[in-house]
Amino acid sequence: MTRLLRLYPQLLRTGFAEAVAYRAEFLIWMFSTNMPLVMLAIWAAAARSGPVSGYSQEGFAAYYLATLLVRLMTGAWVVWEMTMEIRQGALALRLLRPIHPLLQWSADNLAAIPMRGVVAIPVAAILLYVARSELSHDWFSWLLLFPALLGAWLLYFLVQAIIGTFALRFESAASLFDAWLGFSNILSGYLVPLDLFPRAVRSVAMVLPFRFQLSFPVELMLGRWSRGEALELLVAQWAYVLLFLGLARVAWRSGLRHYAAYGG
Amino acid sequence: MRALRVVRAQLRASIATALQYRFEFAVEGALALLWMGVTLVPLIVVFGTREAVAGWTFPEMLVVLGWFVALKGILEGTLSPSLLQVIEHVRKGTLDFVLLKPADAQLLVSLSKIEPWRMIDVAGAAVILVVAFRRIGHPPALADLFLAALLLCSAVLVLYSIAILVVSIAFVAVRVDNLLYLFQSVFDVARWPSSVFRGALAVIFTFVLPLALMTTYPSLALLGKLNLHTAAGAIAGTLLFAAVARAIWIASIRRYTSASS
Repeated sequence: MTRLLRLYPQLLRTGFAEAVAYRAEFLIWMFSTNMPLVMLAIWAAAARSGPVSGYSQEGFAAYYLATLLVRLMTGAWVVWEMTMEIRQGALALRLLRPIHPLLQWSADNLAAIPMRGVVAIPVAAILLYVARSELSHDWFSWLLLFPALLGAWLLYFLVQAIIGTFALRFESAASLFDAWLGFSNILSGYLVPLDLFPRAVRSVAMVLPFRFQLSFPVELMLGRWSRGEALELLVAQWAYVLLFLGLARVAWRSGLRHYAAYGG
Repeated sequence: MRALRVVRAQLRASIATALQYRFEFAVEGALALLWMGVTLVPLIVVFGTREAVAGWTFPEMLVVLGWFVALKGILEGTLSPSLLQVIEHVRKGTLDFVLLKPADAQLLVSLSKIEPWRMIDVAGAAVILVVAFRRIGHPPALADLFLAALLLCSAVLVLYSIAILVVSIAFVAVRVDNLLYLFQSVFDVARWPSSVFRGALAVIFTFVLPLALMTTYPSLALLGKLNLHTAAGAIAGTLLFAAVARAIWIASIRRYTSASS
C-alpha cells in the first residue's frame, strides 16, 4: 500500500505530461463532445413558446450545460486503450511493471482531468452566468458534488475496464462498449432529462447504474434533491462503484488466463 | 469513362475486403440499428410535448431526420474511413504508392475503404421517410422528388468536399485524424432543420458550414416548400464549394514531400 502511494503520484505526473504533449489532439477530442449543445438547440426552440414540463429556456440551458460539464470532467477512454494494447500485444509490457495494469490506466485517465479543466472551466463560467437562477442554492449540494463526480468517473472508468477485459477473450469488445454507450445516452439523461420520459421509462432508469454516471451530479448542481435524498443517492452511487470494482477485479483475473500475448 | 471504371474497381475491392469480416458485419449492423433508435428518441420525446417546433411538425421533422441518418451513414460508412486511410498514408509515407498509380489520386483515395454495413442506415432512413409521408397523408409530388434527389447529390458533394478539405489539412499538420471526428460530431447539428437555430448560428450553419444545405433544403424540397431560386442557389454554391475543395486538394498534393524523405 505504501509502495502504491509512492508510485501512483509518479504515474499521475507521467500521465499529465502525456496529456500536455498531445494537447492539440486532446482539445479537439474535447470539442467533439457537443451532443448536449445539439440537444439544447431543439429544446430551446421548443421552449420558445413557453416552458416544457417545467423547463424554461434557461432551465434547459442549465440542464445541458451542467450535463456537458459533467461529461467533460468525467471522461475516460480506457476501453479503447485496452482493446488496442491487447490486440497489439503491448499489454505484455504493462504486465511486467510492478503495479496493476488497471491502476496504470486509471492514472492515465485521471491525470488528464486538469487538461479537461481547460475546456470545462469556460463551460462552467457560462453556466454560472446564463443559468444562475436555476442552480442549487444549498452549499451542501455543492459539497456532495465532489464525491458524486468522483463516483461518476469511477463508474464510467470501471464499466470501460470491465468491457475492456472482454478483449482478452474476443475481438469485438469495443463494439460491446458502443452498445453500452447507446443505452447510456438514453438512460443516463445525456440526451433527454430523465424527468421528461414517460413514467415507466423513468422508473427503470432510476434504478439502473446509468443515471449515476451523469444525471445524478447534474441534478445536484440544479438542486433537485433535498439533503436527505441527495445523501441516499450518493450511497446508492457508491454501492454501484463498489459492485463494479469487484466485477472489474474478477473479470480481469479470469480474463488474463485467456491472454496469449499476440506477437509479444 | 476511365474515371468511372476506376471508381467501380475501387468499390468492388473495398466491398470485398469488408465482407471478409462477416461477424463484424452482423455486430456493426445491429449497432447501426441501435444508434438509429437512439437518434429517434429525443425527437419523439420533444414532440410528446409540442405539436410543432420552430415551424416544423413531427412528420416534417422526421423527414429531416431521415436525410440526416442517410447522410451520416454515407459519411461514416464511406467518406470517413477512406479519408482516415489517407491521413494514415501521409503519416507513414505510403501515399507515395497511391500517387505513383496512373489515375487521379483524389479518385483513388476517396472510396478506398468502405463499411458496407452502414448502408443499413440508408435503408433505415428510407423507412423513416416512408413513415413520415404516411403520417403527412400524401406522397411527395414527382417534381419535388426529382428536386430532392438533385439536392441529395449536392449534399453528398458538399459533405465530400468538406472531408477533402479536412484531409488537405493533414498534409500541413500531420496529426489531425481527430479533426475528421470533430467534423463528424459537428455534423450531428444537421439532424435539426436550420430554423431551430437563430442569429449567428443560423448564418454559420447555412453559409459557412453549410449544414442547412445537407438536410433542411432536401427536406423542404421533398415537402414541396422549397422555391426554385433557393434550390438553384444551393446547387450553384455546392459546385463552387466542390471546385474550391478540389483546388485546395491539388495545391496540398503539390506541397506533399513524403514522410521518409
